[in-house]
Amino acid sequence: MSNTTTPAPETGKKEKKSSSIWQELLVPVLAVVTGLILGAIVIVMSGENPFRAYGALFAGSFGSPVDFFEGIRIYFTTGETAALIKAIYPFTESLVTATPYIFAGLSVAIGFRCGLFNIGAEGQFFIGALSSAFVGYSIKGLPMIIHLPLAISAGILGGALWGMIPGYLKARFGAHEVVNTIMMNWIAFRLSDWLLNGPMKASGFRPVTPNVEASAELPRFFSDPLRFNLGFFLALLAAYLVYWFLFKTTLGFEIRSVGANPDAAKYAGMNIIRNFVLVMFISGGLAGMAGASQVLGVDHWVGQGFSAGYGFDAIALALLGKSHPAGVVLAALLFGFLRSGATDMQSMARIPVDIISIVQGMIIVFIAAPDIIRWFYRIRTAKKEETVLTRGWGS
Amino acid sequence: MTNDNIQINSAAEKRKRISYGIALLLVGFVIYLLFGLNTQAGSLTTFGLNLTSSQAIKVPDLIVPALPAIYMMAAISVFAGAYQLARGVRSTGWLISILAFTFVVAFLMWAAQDKSFNLTGMLSSSLVRATPIALAALCGVISERSAVINIGIEGIMLMSAQAAVISATLTHNLYVGLIVAIIVGGLVAAFHAYLVIRFKVDQIVSGVAINIVGTGTTSFISSRFMQSAGDTLNNSGTFPIISIPILSKIPVLGPVFFENNLIVYLTIILIVVVHILLFYTPWGLRTRAVGEHPKAADTLGVNVYFMRYVNVILGGMIAGVGGAYFTIGSVGRFDEIMTAGKGFIGLAAMIFGKWNPIGAYTSSLIFGFADSLQVKLQILRVPIPSEFLLMAPYIVTMIILTGVVGRAIPPAADGQPYEK
Repeated sequence: MSNTTTPAPETGKKEKKSSSIWQELLVPVLAVVTGLILGAIVIVMSGENPFRAYGALFAGSFGSPVDFFEGIRIYFTTGETAALIKAIYPFTESLVTATPYIFAGLSVAIGFRCGLFNIGAEGQFFIGALSSAFVGYSIKGLPMIIHLPLAISAGILGGALWGMIPGYLKARFGAHEVVNTIMMNWIAFRLSDWLLNGPMKASGFRPVTPNVEASAELPRFFSDPLRFNLGFFLALLAAYLVYWFLFKTTLGFEIRSVGANPDAAKYAGMNIIRNFVLVMFISGGLAGMAGASQVLGVDHWVGQGFSAGYGFDAIALALLGKSHPAGVVLAALLFGFLRSGATDMQSMARIPVDIISIVQGMIIVFIAAPDIIRWFYRIRTAKKEETVLTRGWGS
Repeated sequence: MTNDNIQINSAAEKRKRISYGIALLLVGFVIYLLFGLNTQAGSLTTFGLNLTSSQAIKVPDLIVPALPAIYMMAAISVFAGAYQLARGVRSTGWLISILAFTFVVAFLMWAAQDKSFNLTGMLSSSLVRATPIALAALCGVISERSAVINIGIEGIMLMSAQAAVISATLTHNLYVGLIVAIIVGGLVAAFHAYLVIRFKVDQIVSGVAINIVGTGTTSFISSRFMQSAGDTLNNSGTFPIISIPILSKIPVLGPVFFENNLIVYLTIILIVVVHILLFYTPWGLRTRAVGEHPKAADTLGVNVYFMRYVNVILGGMIAGVGGAYFTIGSVGRFDEIMTAGKGFIGLAAMIFGKWNPIGAYTSSLIFGFADSLQVKLQILRVPIPSEFLLMAPYIVTMIILTGVVGRAIPPAADGQPYEK
């Protein structure tokens, strides 16, 4: 995009005024709205009522406000929590869905910042999930204070190593990270097929791992059907750490410089190879953490197809969030609500979940081509420098 | 070039020479240790050369004593390695071929000892399995030669696969299906071209969006309409096998090359035609000029945008044929996400083939071979988990990308939008 004009990476100074924040949010918001409208058109074409469908989507992602107030009323009058739990269930479930999205989106975003396109988040996610599941179920009798961090680190490390391989191959041999991360995805799927049918298989018929020990589970805040857990806050913490790392540290500055203009960075004496390997290590680690959070916080076991779709969703998230941690968190929340609501929409309005993929794809197109939105809604172009997203096949 | 540079280059050359030599020696020893020591003396490996359904003249099966053959492969590899260390061969292609050939042959000898293994069948299925990969790679070649990256091939193939099967089932005519697939492929590619050329959308991003929309749309249509109406929407039948007269009678080669369905033939024809178009016609020269240095091409009066539109759309149509292969070319119905990453493997084949149609086809054949090999080995009950065999093509791709191709050099302007 800005291959011809390569600006110095912006410093972390707070120079944006509130009006420009609105300016910045305008296109993404309109993109989401337009995506939903196009989705509605698809729903109409397939012979269903879009209002009913989106009503179900909304109820499935946020819950119904009426139920919520009713739940509160019942709680205060009788002390009975069942109705309240039922009312907040959709909302917390959306946050639960958003948790791995935050990690995975950050993973791809940090790659973009360095000019690396990590399509392999899906494989790193899977390897991370398997590693933390392994530590989670194989070690017994440890206190939670040791076991949980151990399981999480195993997930991070698994994903990080899986991501580091393409990073190293890119840095050392110039092999395209796009192809290699895809190859690593397929290797991860096959490896997990083998692990789940062999060494890591739980006793029983299905190819799944045993449940992790209770001491390795991310603690949940509410009682059972609510799966809302510590993972969500870890994700927010990770977003802050990535922000701090990218914008407040020397290393982060180097990474952004390499991403903005590798040649200039090289002439400035920065070590391109080290940065590539480091970024892929961190990126893989974040994707692995996404897997770990899903295993330790939500499912407690890993089965086949565990990571399906996370890789591509993560790319969409990073793009939607303009590779900025705060943007990624917002985008992940949006996707979390859409995905979690879509499940209800499927059961209530007979609209297949896949409609969300169509909406997502359209959103990506509009985000990537703000000109379409500006043209469509007749918005004046607020000209400023775009962030570098990808760098083609790179070199 | 200064003296320093030459010395650095020759040092790099020397290192490369030595590492290839060592690799060959190692493969020789690995063959001996892994396969030689685990093969019974006196066991025979039978390679079947006939297909039961084929019209080809029958030839006797090839029966090879396994152990001597394995030793011979080890010896060839060691000898080649020693020669390489002592003298050095210029062509790395030869070295890789020897390395791969000796290893694969020895592996087959070991895997199929005391059993029968249909060689012709495997080669034939390699060619068939290479077809969608080759078409995806060709789509990549043709659009990237004009500097437009298209990683949405996977999505394009999915959509055209579905369009093909639906239209073919509705009209009871497979050719209608093929044409619809080509049109759908062209339209989606035109959308991609419009986004990246008119709106200067990041090309990778647009491709990813096409993949997501493609997966979403096809899964949506499939679960909303096709699952309940399997017979009326999703049951097209497949293109019949066409035997080319006389040529199909040739033993081994006949069943492999001359008894295939329309799409396999079409692929081979397309590869040759695109190769000639790209390298021997004015149109090809313009395309490559647009891909290497659009400004210069523009100055000389080539319409950069027009060339890019045409190439991307042509590429999409080729990918449409690839999509048609999945449904009306092989199984006759559509399943969700049935392309299973073939579009991306096609991109790897394109890079490995250095953005050249023939090269891309050759590397697709390697992938096709690896793919059919693992199927055969599962039948042979080789004592290796099949999952590891399934990993082989991907690992091979990674090794190849690092070792042989090294810094594969794309067209100079690849991925960059052009502004007048």
